[in-house]
Amino acid sequence: MKVLVAVKRVIDYNVKVRVKPDNSDVDLANVKMALNPFCEIAVEEAVRLKESGAASEVVVVSIGPKACQEQIRTALALGADRGIQIETEELPESLNVAKLLAKVVEEEQPGLVILGKQSIDADNNQTGQMLGALLNRPQGTFASEVKIDGDSVNVTREVDGGLQTLNLKLPAIVTTDLRLNEPRYAKLPDIMKAKRKPLDVKTPADLGVELKNHTRLLKVSAPAERQAGIRVASVDELIDKLKNEAKVL
Amino acid sequence: MAILIIAEHDNSTLKSATLNTVTAACQMGDELHLLVAGEGCAAVAEAAASVAGVSKVLLADNAAYGRQLAENLSLLIAELGKDYSHVVAPATTTGKNVMPRVAALLDVGQISDIIAVEAADTFQRPIYAGNAIATVQSLDSIKVITVRGTAFDAAASTGSSASVDSVSPAHDAGTSAFVSEEMAKSDRPELTAASVVVSGGRGLGNGENFALLESLADKLGGAVGASRAAVDAGFVPNDMQVGQTGKIVAPDIYFAVGISGAIQHLAGMKDSKVIVAINKDEEAPIFQVADYSLVADLFEAVPELESKL
Repeated sequence: MKVLVAVKRVIDYNVKVRVKPDNSDVDLANVKMALNPFCEIAVEEAVRLKESGAASEVVVVSIGPKACQEQIRTALALGADRGIQIETEELPESLNVAKLLAKVVEEEQPGLVILGKQSIDADNNQTGQMLGALLNRPQGTFASEVKIDGDSVNVTREVDGGLQTLNLKLPAIVTTDLRLNEPRYAKLPDIMKAKRKPLDVKTPADLGVELKNHTRLLKVSAPAERQAGIRVASVDELIDKLKNEAKVL
Repeated sequence: MAILIIAEHDNSTLKSATLNTVTAACQMGDELHLLVAGEGCAAVAEAAASVAGVSKVLLADNAAYGRQLAENLSLLIAELGKDYSHVVAPATTTGKNVMPRVAALLDVGQISDIIAVEAADTFQRPIYAGNAIATVQSLDSIKVITVRGTAFDAAASTGSSASVDSVSPAHDAGTSAFVSEEMAKSDRPELTAASVVVSGGRGLGNGENFALLESLADKLGGAVGASRAAVDAGFVPNDMQVGQTGKIVAPDIYFAVGISGAIQHLAGMKDSKVIVAINKDEEAPIFQVADYSLVADLFEAVPELESKL
């Protein structure tokens, strides 16, 4: 079984985000970029499936300007076999991403597609589900455990009240939550080897997909800052403040 | 055109997240229809019919919808949704799971997790874990939206007497099946709806010590939450996680106990009315957002606080 993993280049999660003074967007100039953490978990899961014998090949795909090849190489260093970059000038909206991925799925015919549940920039949490709908395939979102069982997969999902396990007929879509696995660190020889792994570049036109805008970004502003309050010296003072100043007790 | 709201429920009770979503939908248009899709969920439809502002309830009672499987539910919602201007759901794990499928089936975008309605087609939503707020205009004829419950007040659960219409389409994609679930059993209020939340972090040291927080929460009628560090360490289950990728809460009082205050945790609780932080590390970042900071050993301060309340 082939596994396809979709990955996204995003701002490094340690970087403090700043809004541009003209409120047009956040400022990404000269900011450290990285593989989206949920996508990294997706790559790790695919590689583990291959190591366990459940998967035969791991193909990683990313959509964006040429710079996203860096993240594809990162995924190849973690153990993916080959990469596909779909070259776009900007980062397309989720539905466009899902349509591009659907075409890649038609070409590659993977048994399982694994994606991060959301990217830490747009925080949309949409692409995997949209891909599932476009392909009419079942989905196991927010996965904390993935077990291949013959021609189906059992996915344990992190839901509001606890955990839910679903059985999905393959081919299927999985999106990762934080506790699915702990991604490995790429070793230097693997990073070197990754440079020689195949990486194809395609365009949306190659795939026959026309990108369409569904939203317009009007403004990006900084959230209201919360001011630090006061230090209280004792539990008694805390109770007094909560009762008489904040009046919440 | 009317607005279709997807009710959050467990086949027996209507979840409060639905009420916050109704308030958000009220700001997008006047005529609100509430879809209750499930199995044996007539009681939910009855409760839904009395929610203030709702003019019609659509009841889809079928085994295919009993477990809210996204594959089946999305086919139903997309079929009904094409006659509406907006299709709106709470941004719970159920809403997040189903709605993007609905959007894709309708060939429209989705606007996730809105926190304000500026116009019928323009919304505010947090991006970058709440470190920026985007104002986004939808260009689609049908707007598919999920709503962050804590950003909107709950609509009154009584006051209306809407009609309940059964809708027949039964969609069973036949590709997914429910196997099992492990749901946390608790008499405490739901985290996202509680007026008091007591959360613990790595400072608690182990899962047993969360009992300290539970008894404080019980005294205040509150819920117990946790930081990602506490969940990752295995102290408590994932459904207790407050933060960017966990639950978003905005109670009247939030107690952060033994929590350092990582950005991703702050993203989940910084809209709380009053934040109290108890931590022995006086450099902890949580103190920069807390209204009341107590530098103390939590194992002494929490029992003292509980006994004196």
